[in-house]
Amino acid sequence: MLTVNRYKCCYCGACVGVCPTCALELVETWLEVSAECKECGLCTKICPVGALEVKA
Amino acid sequence: MKCDLIVVGGGPGGSMAAKTAASAGLNVVMLEKRQEIGDPVRCAEGVSKRALCRMMLPEPEWISSEVKGARIYAPDGKSIVMSEDKSGGEVGYVLERKVFDRGLAMQAAQAGAKILVKTRALGLLRKDGAICGVSGLRIGEPLQIEAPLIIGADGVESKVGRWAGIDTTLKLQDIESCAQFLVQDASIDDEYTEFFLGNSIAPSGYAWSFPKGEKLANIGLGIQGSRSKPGEAMRLLRQFMKTRFPNGKVVEMVVGGDPCSGPIDSAITDGVMLVGDAAHQTDPLTGGGILNAMQAGIIAGEVAAKAITAGNVRRAGLQEYEDRWREDFGKVIARSFQFKEFFVKLTDKDMNQLIGSLAKEDISKMDLPGMLRVLFRLNPKLLWGLKSLII
Ligand SMILES: Cc1cc2nc3c(=O)[nH]c(=O)nc-3n(C[C@H](O)[C@H](O)[C@H](O)COP(=O)(O)OP(=O)(O)OC[C@H]3O[C@@H](n4cnc5c(N)ncnc54)[C@H](O)[C@@H]3O)c2cc1C
Ligand code: SF4
Ligand code: SF4
Repeated sequence: MLTVNRYKCCYCGACVGVCPTCALELVETWLEVSAECKECGLCTKICPVGALEVKA
Repeated sequence: MKCDLIVVGGGPGGSMAAKTAASAGLNVVMLEKRQEIGDPVRCAEGVSKRALCRMMLPEPEWISSEVKGARIYAPDGKSIVMSEDKSGGEVGYVLERKVFDRGLAMQAAQAGAKILVKTRALGLLRKDGAICGVSGLRIGEPLQIEAPLIIGADGVESKVGRWAGIDTTLKLQDIESCAQFLVQDASIDDEYTEFFLGNSIAPSGYAWSFPKGEKLANIGLGIQGSRSKPGEAMRLLRQFMKTRFPNGKVVEMVVGGDPCSGPIDSAITDGVMLVGDAAHQTDPLTGGGILNAMQAGIIAGEVAAKAITAGNVRRAGLQEYEDRWREDFGKVIARSFQFKEFFVKLTDKDMNQLIGSLAKEDISKMDLPGMLRVLFRLNPKLLWGLKSLII
Protein backbone atom coordinates (compact mmCIF):
# COMPACT_ATOMS: atom_id res chain seq x y z
CA MET A 1 0.00 0.00 0.00
CA LEU A 2 1.21 3.52 -0.76
CA THR A 3 1.28 5.65 2.37
CA VAL A 4 1.51 9.43 2.55
CA ASN A 5 3.22 10.96 5.55
CA ARG A 6 1.15 14.12 5.71
CA TYR A 7 3.43 15.61 8.34
CA LYS A 8 6.28 15.50 5.82
CA CYS A 9 4.46 16.27 2.55
CA CYS A 10 5.07 19.82 1.28
CA TYR A 11 2.28 19.50 -1.32
CA CYS A 12 4.43 20.22 -4.35
CA GLY A 13 2.75 17.86 -6.85
CA ALA A 14 5.95 16.31 -8.25
CA CYS A 15 4.62 12.84 -7.44
CA VAL A 16 1.35 13.59 -9.27
CA GLY A 17 3.30 14.40 -12.45
CA VAL A 18 5.16 11.08 -12.56
CA CYS A 19 2.34 8.68 -11.62
CA PRO A 20 1.68 6.52 -14.69
CA THR A 21 -1.87 5.66 -13.64
CA CYS A 22 -3.01 9.15 -12.55
CA ALA A 23 -3.65 7.69 -9.10
CA LEU A 24 -2.55 10.79 -7.20
CA GLU A 25 -4.42 14.04 -6.77
CA LEU A 26 -3.21 17.05 -4.86
CA VAL A 27 -6.11 18.85 -3.23
CA GLU A 28 -4.31 22.02 -2.13
CA THR A 29 -2.35 20.63 0.82
CA TRP A 30 -3.87 17.15 0.85
CA LEU A 31 -2.50 14.38 -1.33
CA GLU A 32 -5.11 11.73 -2.20
CA VAL A 33 -4.28 8.22 -3.45
CA SER A 34 -6.91 6.43 -5.52
CA ALA A 35 -7.56 2.73 -6.11
CA GLU A 36 -5.71 3.11 -9.45
CA CYS A 37 -2.39 2.93 -7.58
CA LYS A 38 -0.32 -0.05 -8.75
CA GLU A 39 2.29 0.40 -6.01
CA CYS A 40 5.06 0.86 -8.58
CA GLY A 41 6.95 3.22 -6.26
CA LEU A 42 7.91 5.81 -8.89
CA CYS A 43 6.31 8.61 -6.90
CA THR A 44 8.28 7.64 -3.78
CA LYS A 45 11.57 8.17 -5.67
CA ILE A 46 10.74 11.66 -6.92
CA CYS A 47 9.45 13.01 -3.60
CA PRO A 48 11.99 15.64 -2.49
CA VAL A 49 11.18 15.11 1.20
CA GLY A 50 10.50 11.37 1.32
CA ALA A 51 6.85 11.59 2.32
CA LEU A 52 5.76 8.56 0.27
CA GLU A 53 6.41 4.92 0.97
CA VAL A 54 5.12 1.65 -0.50
CA LYS A 55 4.49 -0.61 2.47
CA ALA A 56 3.87 -4.34 2.23
CA MET B 1 -22.10 28.31 -16.55
CA LYS B 2 -21.08 28.84 -20.18
CA CYS B 3 -18.12 30.60 -21.78
CA ASP B 4 -15.84 30.56 -24.85
CA LEU B 5 -12.67 29.39 -23.16
CA ILE B 6 -11.79 27.67 -19.88
CA VAL B 7 -8.24 28.04 -18.59
CA VAL B 8 -7.31 25.43 -15.98
CA GLY B 9 -4.57 26.71 -13.66
CA GLY B 10 -3.77 30.24 -12.51
CA GLY B 11 0.05 30.24 -12.77
CA PRO B 12 1.96 32.53 -15.16
CA GLY B 13 0.96 30.42 -18.19
CA GLY B 14 -2.74 30.36 -17.34
CA SER B 15 -2.96 34.04 -16.43
CA MET B 16 -1.27 35.17 -19.65
CA ALA B 17 -3.54 32.91 -21.72
CA ALA B 18 -6.64 34.22 -19.93
CA LYS B 19 -5.48 37.83 -20.20
CA THR B 20 -4.67 37.56 -23.91
CA ALA B 21 -7.88 35.74 -24.85
CA ALA B 22 -10.05 38.08 -22.78
CA SER B 23 -8.37 41.14 -24.32
CA ALA B 24 -9.19 39.73 -27.74
CA GLY B 25 -12.85 39.65 -26.75
CA LEU B 26 -13.41 36.08 -25.58
CA ASN B 27 -15.54 35.19 -22.62
CA VAL B 28 -12.94 33.47 -20.42
CA VAL B 29 -13.14 31.58 -17.11
CA MET B 30 -9.90 30.66 -15.32
CA LEU B 31 -9.98 27.98 -12.61
CA GLU B 32 -7.37 27.83 -9.87
CA LYS B 33 -7.60 25.09 -7.29
CA ARG B 34 -5.66 26.99 -4.65
CA GLN B 35 -7.34 29.51 -2.46
CA GLU B 36 -4.40 31.87 -2.84
CA ILE B 37 -2.88 32.31 -6.28
CA GLY B 38 0.91 31.97 -6.23
CA ASP B 39 1.16 30.40 -2.80
CA PRO B 40 2.92 28.14 -1.90
CA VAL B 41 5.77 28.97 -4.28
CA ARG B 42 7.51 26.17 -6.18
CA CYS B 43 10.27 28.18 -7.76
CA ALA B 44 13.71 29.80 -7.46
CA GLU B 45 12.21 32.92 -9.08
CA GLY B 46 15.01 33.81 -11.50
CA VAL B 47 14.09 35.27 -14.89
CA SER B 48 15.86 37.05 -17.71
CA LYS B 49 15.33 40.75 -17.21
CA ARG B 50 15.55 41.44 -20.90
CA ALA B 51 13.06 38.76 -21.92
CA LEU B 52 10.54 39.76 -19.23
CA CYS B 53 10.74 43.42 -20.18
CA ARG B 54 10.23 42.51 -23.83
CA MET B 55 6.96 40.87 -22.83
CA MET B 56 5.64 43.52 -20.45
CA LEU B 57 6.59 46.33 -18.14
CA PRO B 58 7.11 44.63 -14.76
CA GLU B 59 5.63 46.24 -11.64
CA PRO B 60 8.38 47.22 -9.15
CA GLU B 61 6.82 45.09 -6.39
CA TRP B 62 7.21 41.93 -8.51
CA ILE B 63 10.98 42.14 -8.26
CA SER B 64 12.97 41.14 -5.18
CA SER B 65 16.35 41.97 -6.62
CA GLU B 66 18.34 42.61 -9.73
CA VAL B 67 21.70 40.92 -10.26
CA LYS B 68 24.87 41.86 -12.13
CA GLY B 69 25.68 38.41 -13.39
CA ALA B 70 26.15 34.76 -12.69
CA ARG B 71 29.01 32.94 -11.00
CA ILE B 72 29.47 29.27 -11.78
CA TYR B 73 31.44 27.04 -9.42
CA ALA B 74 33.20 23.86 -10.51
CA PRO B 75 33.16 20.91 -8.08
CA ASP B 76 36.70 21.85 -6.96
CA GLY B 77 35.51 25.34 -5.96
CA LYS B 78 37.05 27.30 -8.86
CA SER B 79 34.60 29.73 -10.39
CA ILE B 80 33.90 31.82 -13.47
CA VAL B 81 31.78 34.94 -13.74
CA MET B 82 29.40 35.89 -16.52
CA SER B 83 27.93 39.35 -16.67
CA GLU B 84 24.17 39.66 -16.90
CA ASP B 85 24.05 41.77 -20.04
CA LYS B 86 26.26 39.33 -21.91
CA SER B 87 25.20 35.97 -20.53
CA GLY B 88 22.07 36.17 -22.63
CA GLY B 89 20.45 37.30 -19.41
CA GLU B 90 19.36 33.86 -18.20
CA VAL B 91 18.73 35.57 -14.91
CA GLY B 92 18.72 39.26 -14.18
CA TYR B 93 15.68 39.61 -11.99
CA VAL B 94 14.81 37.50 -8.99
CA LEU B 95 11.06 37.79 -8.63
CA GLU B 96 8.72 37.68 -5.68
CA ARG B 97 6.42 35.08 -7.22
CA LYS B 98 3.65 35.31 -4.66
CA VAL B 99 3.18 38.92 -5.75
CA PHE B 100 4.08 38.32 -9.40
CA ASP B 101 1.63 35.43 -9.97
CA ARG B 102 -1.15 37.40 -8.30
CA GLY B 103 -0.25 40.46 -10.36
CA LEU B 104 -0.59 38.50 -13.59
CA ALA B 105 -3.93 37.04 -12.45
CA MET B 106 -5.12 40.57 -11.69
CA GLN B 107 -4.14 41.63 -15.21
CA ALA B 108 -6.24 38.74 -16.56
CA ALA B 109 -9.15 39.87 -14.40
CA GLN B 110 -8.75 43.46 -15.59
CA ALA B 111 -8.84 42.24 -19.18
CA GLY B 112 -12.24 40.72 -18.42
CA ALA B 113 -11.50 37.10 -17.49
CA LYS B 114 -13.54 35.58 -14.68
CA ILE B 115 -11.34 33.94 -12.08
CA LEU B 116 -12.59 31.19 -9.79
CA VAL B 117 -10.24 30.33 -6.92
CA LYS B 118 -10.43 27.26 -4.70
CA THR B 119 -11.95 25.67 -7.79
CA ARG B 120 -10.44 22.41 -8.97
CA ALA B 121 -11.02 20.88 -12.38
CA LEU B 122 -11.93 17.20 -12.00
CA GLY B 123 -12.42 16.14 -15.60
CA LEU B 124 -13.56 17.10 -19.08
CA LEU B 125 -17.18 17.15 -20.23
CA ARG B 126 -17.90 15.54 -23.58
CA LYS B 127 -20.84 15.58 -25.97
CA ASP B 128 -20.87 13.03 -28.82
CA GLY B 129 -17.20 12.43 -28.08
CA ALA B 130 -16.20 16.08 -28.44
CA ILE B 131 -14.86 18.00 -25.45
CA CYS B 132 -17.44 20.57 -24.36
CA GLY B 133 -16.35 21.80 -20.94
CA VAL B 134 -14.94 21.05 -17.52
CA SER B 135 -16.40 19.52 -14.41
CA GLY B 136 -15.03 20.65 -11.11
CA LEU B 137 -15.45 21.40 -7.45
CA ARG B 138 -15.81 25.00 -6.36
CA ILE B 139 -15.23 25.44 -2.63
CA GLY B 140 -16.41 21.84 -2.26
CA GLU B 141 -19.53 22.20 -4.41
CA PRO B 142 -19.89 20.50 -7.80
CA LEU B 143 -19.63 22.80 -10.80
CA GLN B 144 -19.97 22.33 -14.55
CA ILE B 145 -18.74 24.88 -17.04
CA GLU B 146 -19.45 24.53 -20.75
CA ALA B 147 -16.97 25.79 -23.33
CA PRO B 148 -15.78 24.54 -26.71
CA LEU B 149 -12.11 25.16 -25.91
CA ILE B 150 -9.91 24.36 -22.89
CA ILE B 151 -6.38 25.56 -22.13
CA GLY B 152 -4.55 23.26 -19.70
CA ALA B 153 -2.11 25.42 -17.72
CA ASP B 154 -2.17 23.15 -14.70
CA GLY B 155 1.56 22.89 -14.13
CA VAL B 156 3.79 19.93 -13.33
CA GLU B 157 0.90 17.89 -11.96
CA SER B 158 -1.16 18.50 -15.12
CA LYS B 159 -4.09 16.24 -15.80
CA VAL B 160 -5.88 18.18 -18.56
CA GLY B 161 -3.61 16.67 -21.23
CA ARG B 162 -4.00 13.18 -19.85
CA TRP B 163 -7.79 13.56 -19.69
CA ALA B 164 -7.78 14.69 -23.32
CA GLY B 165 -5.55 11.86 -24.53
CA ILE B 166 -2.11 13.57 -24.55
CA ASP B 167 0.19 11.54 -22.33
CA THR B 168 2.14 14.11 -20.33
CA THR B 169 3.22 11.72 -17.57
CA LEU B 170 6.81 12.61 -16.69
CA LYS B 171 9.36 9.81 -16.75
CA LEU B 172 11.80 9.98 -13.84
CA GLN B 173 14.66 11.08 -16.11
CA ASP B 174 12.48 13.93 -17.41
CA ILE B 175 11.85 15.71 -14.11
CA GLU B 176 14.16 17.31 -11.58
CA SER B 177 13.37 16.73 -7.92
CA CYS B 178 14.06 20.03 -6.15
CA ALA B 179 14.37 21.41 -2.64
CA GLN B 180 15.06 24.99 -1.64
CA PHE B 181 15.35 27.17 1.45
CA LEU B 182 14.94 30.91 1.69
CA VAL B 183 18.07 31.68 3.67
CA GLN B 184 19.40 34.63 5.56
CA ASP B 185 23.17 34.63 5.84
CA ALA B 186 25.98 37.19 5.94
CA SER B 187 27.96 35.24 3.33
CA ILE B 188 25.29 35.57 0.63
CA ASP B 189 26.38 37.45 -2.48
CA ASP B 190 23.61 39.98 -3.13
CA GLU B 191 24.86 40.89 -6.60
CA TYR B 192 25.32 37.56 -8.36
CA THR B 193 23.30 34.44 -8.92
CA GLU B 194 25.49 31.49 -8.08
CA PHE B 195 25.47 28.01 -9.58
CA PHE B 196 27.28 25.09 -7.96
CA LEU B 197 28.12 22.03 -10.03
CA GLY B 198 29.16 18.59 -8.83
CA ASN B 199 27.89 15.05 -8.68
CA SER B 200 28.11 14.96 -4.91
CA ILE B 201 26.33 18.34 -4.60
CA ALA B 202 23.46 17.69 -7.05
CA PRO B 203 23.74 14.62 -9.30
CA SER B 204 22.65 15.50 -12.85
CA GLY B 205 21.55 18.91 -11.71
CA TYR B 206 22.98 21.88 -9.86
CA ALA B 207 22.66 23.86 -6.68
CA TRP B 208 21.85 27.57 -6.80
CA SER B 209 21.79 30.74 -4.76
CA PHE B 210 19.49 33.44 -6.15
CA PRO B 211 19.70 36.63 -4.07
CA LYS B 212 16.47 38.21 -2.87
CA GLY B 213 18.04 41.35 -1.41
CA GLU B 214 19.72 42.18 1.92
CA LYS B 215 21.64 38.94 2.61
CA LEU B 216 18.63 36.83 1.72
CA ALA B 217 18.59 34.20 -1.03
CA ASN B 218 16.74 31.24 -2.50
CA ILE B 219 19.26 28.47 -1.96
CA GLY B 220 18.30 25.16 -3.43
CA LEU B 221 19.13 22.29 -5.71
CA GLY B 222 17.60 19.98 -8.26
CA ILE B 223 18.58 16.42 -9.13
CA GLN B 224 17.47 14.29 -12.04
CA GLY B 225 14.54 12.09 -11.03
CA SER B 226 16.26 8.96 -12.29
CA ARG B 227 19.08 9.59 -9.79
CA SER B 228 16.75 10.48 -6.95
CA LYS B 229 15.50 8.36 -4.09
CA PRO B 230 12.95 9.14 -1.37
CA GLY B 231 13.89 12.40 0.35
CA GLU B 232 17.21 12.71 -1.52
CA ALA B 233 16.81 16.34 -2.68
CA MET B 234 16.17 17.56 0.86
CA ARG B 235 19.01 15.44 2.27
CA LEU B 236 21.45 16.87 -0.28
CA LEU B 237 20.26 20.42 0.36
CA ARG B 238 20.88 20.05 4.10
CA GLN B 239 24.35 18.71 3.32
CA PHE B 240 25.04 21.61 0.92
CA MET B 241 23.90 24.13 3.51
CA LYS B 242 26.20 22.61 6.10
CA THR B 243 29.28 22.90 3.88
CA ARG B 244 28.52 26.14 2.07
CA PHE B 245 26.27 28.24 4.34
CA PRO B 246 26.80 26.68 7.79
CA ASN B 247 25.38 29.70 9.60
CA GLY B 248 22.48 30.25 7.23
CA LYS B 249 19.08 30.76 8.83
CA VAL B 250 16.19 29.13 7.01
CA VAL B 251 13.07 31.28 6.92
CA GLU B 252 11.04 29.41 4.29
CA MET B 253 11.07 26.05 2.56
CA VAL B 254 10.10 25.12 -0.98
CA VAL B 255 10.04 21.77 -2.78
CA GLY B 256 8.91 20.81 -6.25
CA GLY B 257 9.30 18.95 -9.50
CA ASP B 258 10.61 20.71 -12.60
CA PRO B 259 10.08 19.09 -16.04
CA CYS B 260 13.23 18.72 -18.17
CA SER B 261 12.02 16.47 -20.99
CA GLY B 262 12.50 18.85 -23.90
CA PRO B 263 9.58 19.54 -26.27
CA ILE B 264 6.69 17.08 -26.11
CA ASP B 265 5.33 15.51 -29.31
CA SER B 266 2.12 17.49 -29.29
CA ALA B 267 0.67 20.19 -27.06
CA ILE B 268 -2.73 20.22 -28.77
CA THR B 269 -5.63 17.96 -29.50
CA ASP B 270 -9.23 18.62 -30.51
CA GLY B 271 -10.55 21.33 -28.17
CA VAL B 272 -7.44 21.46 -25.95
CA MET B 273 -4.14 23.36 -25.82
CA LEU B 274 -1.50 22.80 -23.12
CA VAL B 275 0.79 25.61 -21.95
CA GLY B 276 3.72 25.91 -19.56
CA ASP B 277 4.84 23.06 -17.31
CA ALA B 278 1.71 21.14 -18.37
CA ALA B 279 3.38 20.93 -21.80
CA HIS B 280 6.91 20.43 -20.33
CA GLN B 281 7.93 23.83 -21.79
CA THR B 282 10.68 24.42 -19.21
CA ASP B 283 14.26 24.80 -20.40
CA PRO B 284 15.84 21.40 -19.67
CA LEU B 285 19.28 22.87 -18.98
CA THR B 286 18.38 25.66 -16.56
CA GLY B 287 14.96 24.49 -15.37
CA GLY B 288 13.59 27.98 -16.13
CA GLY B 289 9.94 27.82 -17.12
CA ILE B 290 8.23 31.06 -16.06
CA LEU B 291 8.81 33.06 -19.23
CA ASN B 292 8.20 30.14 -21.59
CA ALA B 293 4.89 29.47 -19.82
CA MET B 294 3.95 33.14 -20.24
CA GLN B 295 4.97 33.23 -23.90
CA ALA B 296 3.04 30.02 -24.57
CA GLY B 297 0.06 31.53 -22.76
CA ILE B 298 0.16 34.62 -24.95
CA ILE B 299 0.34 32.56 -28.16
CA ALA B 300 -2.38 30.16 -26.98
CA GLY B 301 -4.63 33.09 -26.02
CA GLU B 302 -4.25 34.64 -29.46
CA VAL B 303 -4.89 31.35 -31.24
CA ALA B 304 -7.90 30.67 -29.00
CA ALA B 305 -9.47 33.95 -30.09
CA LYS B 306 -8.91 33.10 -33.77
CA ALA B 307 -10.18 29.53 -33.38
CA ILE B 308 -13.36 30.58 -31.56
CA THR B 309 -14.05 33.35 -34.08
CA ALA B 310 -13.48 30.95 -36.98
CA GLY B 311 -15.58 28.28 -35.26
CA ASN B 312 -12.82 25.69 -35.58
CA VAL B 313 -11.46 24.43 -32.27
CA ARG B 314 -10.40 21.10 -33.66
CA ARG B 315 -6.73 20.23 -34.02
CA ALA B 316 -6.43 22.03 -37.37
CA GLY B 317 -7.79 25.24 -35.86
CA LEU B 318 -5.20 25.07 -33.05
CA GLN B 319 -2.21 24.06 -35.17
CA GLU B 320 -1.01 27.68 -35.27
CA TYR B 321 -0.34 27.49 -31.52
CA GLU B 322 1.73 24.34 -31.98
CA ASP B 323 3.73 25.85 -34.84
CA ARG B 324 4.35 29.17 -33.13
CA TRP B 325 5.54 27.94 -29.72
CA ARG B 326 7.90 25.50 -31.38
CA GLU B 327 9.29 28.25 -33.60
CA ASP B 328 9.46 30.74 -30.70
CA PHE B 329 11.15 28.85 -27.84
CA GLY B 330 10.59 25.20 -28.74
CA LYS B 331 13.82 25.16 -30.73
CA VAL B 332 15.73 26.59 -27.79
CA ILE B 333 14.48 23.95 -25.38
CA ALA B 334 15.17 21.18 -27.90
CA ARG B 335 18.77 22.38 -28.09
CA SER B 336 19.01 22.75 -24.31
CA PHE B 337 17.77 19.20 -23.99
CA GLN B 338 20.69 17.95 -26.08
CA PHE B 339 23.11 20.01 -23.98
CA LYS B 340 21.57 18.66 -20.81
CA GLU B 341 21.81 15.06 -22.01
CA PHE B 342 25.51 15.67 -22.59
CA PHE B 343 26.28 17.58 -19.41
CA VAL B 344 24.54 15.15 -17.04
CA LYS B 345 27.08 12.53 -18.06
CA LEU B 346 30.13 14.65 -17.09
CA THR B 347 32.23 13.55 -14.14
CA ASP B 348 33.44 16.03 -11.53
CA LYS B 349 36.87 15.83 -13.14
CA ASP B 350 35.40 16.83 -16.51
CA MET B 351 33.59 19.81 -14.97
CA ASN B 352 36.75 20.91 -13.16
CA GLN B 353 38.64 20.75 -16.44
CA LEU B 354 36.01 22.78 -18.30
CA ILE B 355 35.70 25.57 -15.75
CA GLY B 356 39.46 25.50 -15.10
CA SER B 357 40.19 25.91 -18.80
CA LEU B 358 38.45 29.30 -18.76
CA ALA B 359 40.70 30.67 -15.99
CA LYS B 360 42.95 32.55 -18.43
CA GLU B 361 40.20 33.66 -20.82
CA ASP B 362 38.30 36.90 -20.49
CA ILE B 363 34.74 35.65 -20.62
CA SER B 364 33.16 38.62 -18.88
CA LYS B 365 32.18 40.13 -22.21
CA MET B 366 31.04 36.89 -23.80
CA ASP B 367 27.56 35.59 -24.38
CA LEU B 368 26.72 31.94 -23.79
CA PRO B 369 27.27 30.72 -27.38
CA GLY B 370 30.58 32.62 -27.44
CA MET B 371 31.68 31.00 -24.22
CA LEU B 372 30.71 27.57 -25.51
CA ARG B 373 32.83 28.14 -28.61
CA VAL B 374 35.82 29.04 -26.43
CA LEU B 375 35.18 25.98 -24.26
CA PHE B 376 35.11 23.85 -27.39
CA ARG B 377 38.35 25.30 -28.66
CA LEU B 378 40.06 24.61 -25.32
CA ASN B 379 38.53 21.18 -24.68
CA PRO B 380 37.82 19.66 -28.09
CA LYS B 381 38.15 16.05 -26.95
CA LEU B 382 35.83 16.37 -23.99
CA LEU B 383 33.18 18.33 -25.89
CA TRP B 384 33.40 16.52 -29.21
CA GLY B 385 29.88 15.15 -28.72
CA LEU B 386 28.52 18.71 -28.79
CA LYS B 387 30.31 19.68 -31.98
CA SER B 388 27.21 19.99 -34.11
CA LEU B 389 25.47 22.14 -31.47
CA ILE B 390 28.34 24.56 -30.93
CA ILE B 391 29.84 25.16 -34.35
C1 LIG C 1 12.29 24.33 -7.21
C2 LIG C 1 11.96 24.97 -8.51
C3 LIG C 1 12.70 26.06 -8.94
C4 LIG C 1 12.37 26.71 -10.14
N1 LIG C 1 13.09 27.81 -10.46
C5 LIG C 1 12.75 28.52 -11.57
C6 LIG C 1 13.43 29.74 -11.89
O1 LIG C 1 14.31 30.19 -11.17
N2 LIG C 1 13.06 30.39 -13.01
C7 LIG C 1 12.07 29.93 -13.83
O2 LIG C 1 11.78 30.57 -14.86
N3 LIG C 1 11.41 28.80 -13.54
C8 LIG C 1 11.72 28.07 -12.43
N4 LIG C 1 11.03 26.92 -12.13
C9 LIG C 1 9.95 26.49 -13.03
C10 LIG C 1 8.72 27.36 -12.85
O3 LIG C 1 8.33 27.39 -11.50
C11 LIG C 1 7.58 26.81 -13.72
O4 LIG C 1 8.07 26.54 -15.00
C12 LIG C 1 6.41 27.80 -13.81
O5 LIG C 1 5.79 27.98 -12.59
C13 LIG C 1 5.41 27.26 -14.83
O6 LIG C 1 4.26 28.04 -14.85
P1 LIG C 1 2.86 27.38 -15.21
O7 LIG C 1 1.91 28.50 -15.32
O8 LIG C 1 3.02 26.46 -16.35
O9 LIG C 1 2.51 26.42 -13.99
P2 LIG C 1 2.35 26.74 -12.41
O10 LIG C 1 2.99 28.01 -12.05
O11 LIG C 1 2.77 25.51 -11.72
O12 LIG C 1 0.78 26.91 -12.27
C14 LIG C 1 -0.11 25.84 -12.40
C15 LIG C 1 -1.33 26.16 -11.58
O13 LIG C 1 -2.37 25.24 -11.90
C16 LIG C 1 -3.07 24.92 -10.73
N5 LIG C 1 -3.77 23.66 -10.95
C17 LIG C 1 -3.23 22.42 -11.10
N6 LIG C 1 -4.18 21.49 -11.29
C18 LIG C 1 -5.37 22.15 -11.27
C19 LIG C 1 -6.72 21.73 -11.39
N7 LIG C 1 -7.05 20.45 -11.60
N8 LIG C 1 -7.70 22.66 -11.32
C20 LIG C 1 -7.38 23.98 -11.12
N9 LIG C 1 -6.13 24.43 -10.98
C21 LIG C 1 -5.11 23.53 -11.06
C22 LIG C 1 -1.99 24.87 -9.68
O14 LIG C 1 -2.55 25.05 -8.38
C23 LIG C 1 -1.09 26.02 -10.08
O15 LIG C 1 -1.43 27.22 -9.47
C24 LIG C 1 11.32 26.23 -10.94
C25 LIG C 1 10.60 25.10 -10.53
C26 LIG C 1 10.90 24.47 -9.34
C27 LIG C 1 10.10 23.28 -8.92
S1 SF4 D 1 6.20 14.76 -4.07
FE1 SF4 D 1 6.23 14.46 -1.85
S2 SF4 D 1 6.09 16.55 -1.02
FE2 SF4 D 1 5.47 16.68 -3.16
S3 SF4 D 1 3.22 16.42 -3.07
FE3 SF4 D 1 4.09 14.39 -3.45
S4 SF4 D 1 4.27 13.50 -1.39
FE4 SF4 D 1 4.00 15.70 -1.10
S1 SF4 E 1 3.06 3.90 -6.43
FE1 SF4 E 1 3.03 4.14 -8.67
S2 SF4 E 1 0.88 3.88 -9.22
FE2 SF4 E 1 0.92 4.24 -7.01
S3 SF4 E 1 0.63 6.45 -6.81
FE3 SF4 E 1 2.85 6.09 -6.85
S4 SF4 E 1 3.42 6.34 -8.99
FE4 SF4 E 1 1.20 6.07 -8.95
